[in-house]
Amino acid sequence: MTALLKNREFALALILVVTVAGIGAYQPVFLEWRNISDLLTETSVLFMMALAQMVVIITRGIDLSVAANLALSGMLAALVSQYYPETPLVLMILAGVVSGLVLGMVNGVLIAFLGIPPIVMTLGTLAVFRGLIIIIAGGDQVNASEMGVAFQAFPKMVFLGLTTPVWIAIIVSALFWVFLNLTRAGRGLYAVGGNPVAARYCGIDQRRQELMAYAITGAVSGLCGYLWVARYGVAYSEIANGYELTVIAACVIGGVSIGGGVGSVAGTLLGALFLGIVMTALPVMQISPFWQMAISGAVILTAVIINARAERRPDKLILPEARRLKRV
Amino acid sequence: MNAPMTPPKTPSESRYVVLDAPPRRLRDILLRWEVILVILLAATIVVNTLVSPYFLDVFNLADATFNFSEKAIIALGMALLILVRQIDLSVAAIVALASMGIGYAAEAGYGPMALFAIAIGIGVLCGVFNGILVTWFRLPSIVVTIGTMSLFRGITQVILGDQAKTKYPPEFLELGQSYFIKMKETSIPWLFVPPLPLSFLIFLILALLFGLFLHRTASGRKLFAIGSNPVAARFSGIPVDRLTFLLFVVSGALCGLAAALLTARLGSMRSNIGIGWELDIVTMVILGGVSIAGGVGSILGVVLAVFVLGLVTFGMSLNNIPGQVVSVYIGALLIAVIALPRIVDKIRIPRRG
Repeated sequence: MTALLKNREFALALILVVTVAGIGAYQPVFLEWRNISDLLTETSVLFMMALAQMVVIITRGIDLSVAANLALSGMLAALVSQYYPETPLVLMILAGVVSGLVLGMVNGVLIAFLGIPPIVMTLGTLAVFRGLIIIIAGGDQVNASEMGVAFQAFPKMVFLGLTTPVWIAIIVSALFWVFLNLTRAGRGLYAVGGNPVAARYCGIDQRRQELMAYAITGAVSGLCGYLWVARYGVAYSEIANGYELTVIAACVIGGVSIGGGVGSVAGTLLGALFLGIVMTALPVMQISPFWQMAISGAVILTAVIINARAERRPDKLILPEARRLKRV
Repeated sequence: MNAPMTPPKTPSESRYVVLDAPPRRLRDILLRWEVILVILLAATIVVNTLVSPYFLDVFNLADATFNFSEKAIIALGMALLILVRQIDLSVAAIVALASMGIGYAAEAGYGPMALFAIAIGIGVLCGVFNGILVTWFRLPSIVVTIGTMSLFRGITQVILGDQAKTKYPPEFLELGQSYFIKMKETSIPWLFVPPLPLSFLIFLILALLFGLFLHRTASGRKLFAIGSNPVAARFSGIPVDRLTFLLFVVSGALCGLAAALLTARLGSMRSNIGIGWELDIVTMVILGGVSIAGGVGSILGVVLAVFVLGLVTFGMSLNNIPGQVVSVYIGALLIAVIALPRIVDKIRIPRRG
């Protein structure tokens, strides 16, 4: 039992169940299927974005440009829908994904092959992508009436009680699980993040792994860009502004270590779900939405403190007496 | 006859030979970060002067400083943090919290000095909170400050809701909205005292103090040591945690100061005040040549980067280029300036297999 409690994913899941039960006891409407379905649909983009960000963080990187990528790729997909309404839906979605992939690879190539620090690179591309939205759209926004009908209907379709974004999130999550646990490339990401030198000696190409991580993140951001734009029925430059920090927060809550090499699909999904619940539970609990940010801040801080305690490694000190002196 | 100049030959007792530093070559000087920035700055000024006749106007330039001085003040603290391998992403949220403090204090009837003190006090408290989490709990600062960013701005939103604070004493607004030093002309046409807003004047003074501290004092040298190798620094008797903690407090205090200047300039505040500033400020610091890996950087570089960014933004706004398009140039500039030296290195030094 203690071993089970020490398992981070299990502990997080337990906290989630207790939270949901608590909210449900106070407001039974929260546990109704309709509300849960809405919650999952609302959180589906965060699920995928958090998983993608996790892949980058595992390699000791960080991608601050994901939200800007999402907005730019979403805008591209929306423009395709506006100006070429006859394009099959698959190609419109593909436009978003490919755009995201290319933008992600721009990050990846410069980070992996020129050794630019990820935080610097993605900070730069964050600004560039946001500005490009204004340029390609001529400063305009694309409204629901200008997008195709099928384009907007797809994310609202329901199969077996769940909307398409939820199904896509489930499929993407499964792919991430298989990729990270069962493939050589996926395991290589952990190796590179856990110990780059050892990974090099094992014959793992660090640069290729990094490029792959940013490409994956980009492609997922592009896919989410389409889903976001189509679901809310509007594309403009400010979409998902600041969302990159929510995504990173979901990873942190889910136990992904910012130092690299640590992180699991289940943990990250739970972290994203936690944020999703906090955001949807507030209106149900009739708490002012202004509490949302303060609560997520407190949750992030609590989560990092707990996670840091769990993964603390013994310090390398020569004399036990030196432990006393460590904190100055 | 001159005696031949022979260096005194003392038999070396060490097994190691200490070589003199190789002589500075022109290329080394040209590739210094500050020189690159000076060239960039000169290019910015020349291009802007050619494009717009309104650019090289003392009053226009003085007004342009309003837009970046507050961020630049915070950038000084951020530069020291990044130098020791830390980062503070909660700066903009601290600005919001401090600005709200000013709003409530102003309604309660406090004077300008008290308002500045309150803002700086709130900033210090936030900095202490960040510092404790990073040094005591040994947490990575990027995660901590993402958390406190949400927390501080969240607290502002909870308390303020959708209200705005708009009542401030006129003397306080005067500080933020007028020139602190007025234009004074002398008999010589090119010699004059330029008009200076308070925020810009404070930035210049602080930059000088920070520069002296970082480059001319022992404590400043210690920051470089921490940034280069925190473990070695600790073993050399440098109080790594204490200095890191102090830097977070300084960063918080600067945010409070900037919040006071910003609130006085705008004359109103909402909970979204200064949103997104953290990324602008980090951009200033990195463009200034402070290495995100720690241990490398100079205040002069940061000051130059502040001017480059400020003047590029100002020049583009003179030509009616929208803000987000300006950000494309700034983002590209940031990447290019970081990438170019690396590309040059790649071409010059063939890679070893």
